[in-house]
Amino acid sequence: MGAAAIAGTRERLQPGQPVVEVQGLGARYGEVSVLEDVDLSIRAGEIHVIMGGSGSGKSTLLRHLLGLNRPAAGTVRLFGQDIGRLGERELLALRKRIGVSFQGGALFSSMTVEDNVAFPLREHTRLDENTIRIMSRMKLEVVNMAGFEDLLPNQLSGGMVKRAALARAIVMDPELLFFDEPSAGLDPVVSAELDELIIRLRDIMKITIVVVTHELESAFKIADRITVLDRGRILMTDTTEAVRATDQGRVQALLQRRPEAQQQDAEDYLQRLTR
Amino acid sequence: MYALTENLGRRVARGIDEFGYAALLLAESLYWLVAGALRGQPVRLRAVVTEMMRIGVAAIPIVAILAFANGVMMALQGVYTLKDFGAESQVIPGLALSITREFGALIVGIVVAGRSGSAIAARIGSMQMSQEIDALRVLGVNPVRYLVAPILLAMLVMVPALTILANLMALTGGGLLCVLKLHFSLATYWEAVIAYLEVSDVIQGLVKSLVFAVLIALVGCTNGFMARGGADGIGHSTTRSVVLCIAAIVIADMLFTLFLSR
Repeated sequence: MGAAAIAGTRERLQPGQPVVEVQGLGARYGEVSVLEDVDLSIRAGEIHVIMGGSGSGKSTLLRHLLGLNRPAAGTVRLFGQDIGRLGERELLALRKRIGVSFQGGALFSSMTVEDNVAFPLREHTRLDENTIRIMSRMKLEVVNMAGFEDLLPNQLSGGMVKRAALARAIVMDPELLFFDEPSAGLDPVVSAELDELIIRLRDIMKITIVVVTHELESAFKIADRITVLDRGRILMTDTTEAVRATDQGRVQALLQRRPEAQQQDAEDYLQRLTR
Repeated sequence: MYALTENLGRRVARGIDEFGYAALLLAESLYWLVAGALRGQPVRLRAVVTEMMRIGVAAIPIVAILAFANGVMMALQGVYTLKDFGAESQVIPGLALSITREFGALIVGIVVAGRSGSAIAARIGSMQMSQEIDALRVLGVNPVRYLVAPILLAMLVMVPALTILANLMALTGGGLLCVLKLHFSLATYWEAVIAYLEVSDVIQGLVKSLVFAVLIALVGCTNGFMARGGADGIGHSTTRSVVLCIAAIVIADMLFTLFLSR
């Protein structure tokens, strides 16, 4: 009853139903192809980790999932709606159902932590200031940031920035949460705390969570399923056990952090140098 | 040679690209200013007031000083030039017309371009780099409504207001010099100024200042949104913003004067 009241009229997703569906997605920056023929399906209620090294195209994939980039080919569906075909108004309605925590936090540097968290409520609801205050403090409490409401983003440590950004991302009670590189630039202890927090959020708030990361340890700890992305292509999508046990050479190489053996043709090499 | 033409072509293409971008920004900001409230997403008054403080109120001292100094210089040059003809008192209509029609707006334009054209580009540029603009978009807040529209509206109010101030200060500066050099009273000076001036002269200056306001807002915002490549990129787009703002203002002023003074 409580959850339905918060969710309002929107229908709640059944566990296992696809929330994010990507088909044949392609992306390019100028001449360079960044994503090729990417298919991906993320189910309601799971923590889905998109894993890949730098340059694998995972940030670009995330930008497409958020509707920040228009796909060069293929479709991206969130909650069954093709986001490439939505008008501004429908896109707005859709965006109220998702939360995003960016890599660097992307907190508004001119606002205090509390104002940052309250920002979506102030923009999208007609709640009075008191309620907004209580709701933002509740979310700050969830991410263990109580007591830091009045600080500015530049006064926070790296881990605190991530947690404040997470509070802002969940303040509208989203059904789908994107988390870009939760552990980038954090020490192992803080990073482990964030992992715990992500799992807790899924369990308490029943949010579907998509995490984009290059950290193997954290990926295997939190994920229900993992998608391995390499040079713009998906190598595999499966449960953590299956990914760990796979005999795909390239996936194993990534998991064991083995650098790719460079196939070097002497003539080609000389030509590249002298060109 | 080939590289030269290629480079030139690329620059022209980029220029056209930016021009189109600025035009879209203008159209979209005007749309939000008018229709935002109807769609339940108004341009926030608080943001407009904040921008007005930054752009206008904070610029009052420097505008006042520069305009005053400029008035003194113009009067001085005028008196020396006209002395040869024994027509020193004719300096008054010269001052009155050139200040209200031309220099009041131009001084304000250049000061605001230097202060706010750079600040806007730097602020939006760094928001772009830190993904704050992306954050706005995924939070369902249109960056043009949230960032550009308040700047545009604040410019449209404050630049003409500063121009009125600059007119008064420059005329006062010129007047004080006339009083010292030509030995008539300040009251006589103001009477003469008012007698020579027509409402249309003042309006011409104010219309120009409105155009400058739009140019500064658009050039600053466009350079901010197009900033790429870290701290270096922000430095580059800030410099570019100021240079382009001032160039656009001076050229627009020249075109205006050509058409209006025929």
